[in-house]
Amino acid sequence: MNNRLKIPCQKEKLRDVRSFVENFLRQHGISEIEAGEMVLAVDEVCANLMIHSHQCNPKKHIGVQINITKADEVQFEISDYGVGFNFCRYKEPSLEDIIKEKKKGGVGLILVRRIMDTMEFIRKANRNVYRMAKKVEIS
Amino acid sequence: MHISSVLEDGNYVIAVDGDVDASSSIRLDEAIAQAIQEGQQHILIDCENLNYISSAGLGVFMSYIEELKTKNIRMVLFGLSERVANVFKVLGLDQLLNIKETKDQAKQRAHEQ
Repeated sequence: MNNRLKIPCQKEKLRDVRSFVENFLRQHGISEIEAGEMVLAVDEVCANLMIHSHQCNPKKHIGVQINITKADEVQFEISDYGVGFNFCRYKEPSLEDIIKEKKKGGVGLILVRRIMDTMEFIRKANRNVYRMAKKVEIS
Repeated sequence: MHISSVLEDGNYVIAVDGDVDASSSIRLDEAIAQAIQEGQQHILIDCENLNYISSAGLGVFMSYIEELKTKNIRMVLFGLSERVANVFKVLGLDQLLNIKETKDQAKQRAHEQ
């Protein structure tokens, strides 16, 4: 089954990312709730890259790759070219501050961190890889 | 995503249908802003047909918490699927927002003192 997707940096394409991840995980016997969390985490990273790294330029692309690396771990590699962002070093704002300041964003990476077990940022030449993994029960 | 707003028994009901993500959350934002601008005091968010919500949508709800408090407006969400409710829980927003299972419970909560 296809485990790679390439999409242009358009927010309207996030739906395609979600259905790609959802289909892959569900076909690998991962529960609906766990699949839902991982779909969300991938959506959040892709949305961040589209908006902040590529200013929603449809000529730029993002790659998404999913692998079942061990019997009980799903690994995601989201990749792009250009200025990278070390998402592991992102300083988490407190929910209280976000609410007080009436900000409409800023919680995406908090969600990613809570959902995933590991996050890794790899930069080689001009290519950035945002790798994250989660242990799951595969039925 | 589709949003419809209707006044029902003194409640302003915003029904959200489909996916609220980075591309569509602005419309949810506009619907809530509209309700507040109209001076509505009891806002219900019907999530029965809400299929998906990302941080962009959660951020919209969070950004109104202070204003609702200041203006003494009660906003209650209801009808969340297990999957959507789980996203609120992961962030701890289930503790900061009014979330009920049914529309009747939501109406009741919206009018409680």
